Amino acid sequence: MADNFNLELVSPERLLLSEKVSEVVIPATEGEMTVMANHAPVMTTLKPGVVTVKDAAGKTTRYVVFGGFADITPENCTLLAESAVPMEELDREKLMKRIEAAKAEFAAALNYEHRTQAENYLAELTRLNGIVMPA
Amino acid sequence: MPSLKDLKNRIASVKATQKITKAMKMVAAAKLRRAQEAAEAARPYSQRMGAVLANIAQAVGGEQDAPALMTGTGKDEVHLLVVCTAERGLCGGFNSQIARFARDHARKLLAAGKTVKILCVGKKGFDILRREYASLIIDRVELRDVKKIGFENADAIGRKVIALFDKGEFDVCTLYYSEFKSVISQVPTAQQLIPAAAPAEDNGASATAAIYEYEPDAGAILADLIPRNISVQIFRALLENVAGEMGAKMSAMDNATRNAGEMINKLTLNYNRQRQAQITKELIEIISGAEAL
Repeated sequence: MADNFNLELVSPERLLLSEKVSEVVIPATEGEMTVMANHAPVMTTLKPGVVTVKDAAGKTTRYVVFGGFADITPENCTLLAESAVPMEELDREKLMKRIEAAKAEFAAALNYEHRTQAENYLAELTRLNGIVMPA
Repeated sequence: MPSLKDLKNRIASVKATQKITKAMKMVAAAKLRRAQEAAEAARPYSQRMGAVLANIAQAVGGEQDAPALMTGTGKDEVHLLVVCTAERGLCGGFNSQIARFARDHARKLLAAGKTVKILCVGKKGFDILRREYASLIIDRVELRDVKKIGFENADAIGRKVIALFDKGEFDVCTLYYSEFKSVISQVPTAQQLIPAAAPAEDNGASATAAIYEYEPDAGAILADLIPRNISVQIFRALLENVAGEMGAKMSAMDNATRNAGEMINKLTLNYNRQRQAQITKELIEIISGAEAL
């Protein structure tokens, strides 16, 4: 069985999770990545998506995050999420509100770069919405 | 000399006041506990953020393309003061302390020939600063109807600040808030937000920094991280402020309750003396009336 490592999931408001886990899937900006013990040190940004945590006992828990950072070292993985909620507690209305806000930002975006950024963000949110809604 | 009835009324009214201040103290104590918990819960995030930032800043340090938010505009002409105060009064010198602190700084900057702009967070600070610097206040944020300060509130302020920076409205941004030392001591503090003060590097991060891989790349992460860091700093300041406000309110209300108690004692003494004097007077009247017969 794989080794365990420390995972910390922190949102600005509180420390959501700090425990030994065996595996975690994080939605990195350049594609999902699975982190296990002894991972090479990586620092990456997160996009809105689902974090799947598999703890030492093999139980999986899912969290929804909206952007942030991951700081990965061989023994530790720290997720600094801008906002993180357990999947079950996700407020659909809030998600819809975020999508609305992203749409507004996209519409208001002035330059090309900003537009692309806003569009990406919107696309990710919509995709996330697609994953979460039927659940 | 107030009459017995007047005294009685005053005692009753002071007692009512005491009840109110006591209740307010109790409420402040409960809110203080919650505010402290919130501040504590938020600490891990800002700590980790600091560590990550120090780490990345080191990696990008030598490069030229560090984001403007970090290096500043290279000028030192226009200062933006973000003054965070409470929304409500009745908390001793809490608000005026912060406002005075910010005002002193503003005065110094103005004397040095700089341009000063003020962004008020919280109603009380606005009320105080408006008297002197009404023309300098460019915007204000009210958090009056916010029950519990969330990250979104801080983020909104952070976005505002960054938008102003992007428009070239100021060169240096400083945040004023009250640091929560203890229930009885809150220290007004100034913290420079833009350009970001270089985070301390002696936290052991330097050893591992070299071998990090960055995805997409260090510059991009930094560009994303710094605006967020500004919001986090503001968030922390707001939380400290709430805790400080409640602490100040608690001690102010405690003082008020004690003063009311003293006043009640004094008035009661006075009341009893007058009552006795009146009884004595009546007795003398009866006795001398009987003697006259």
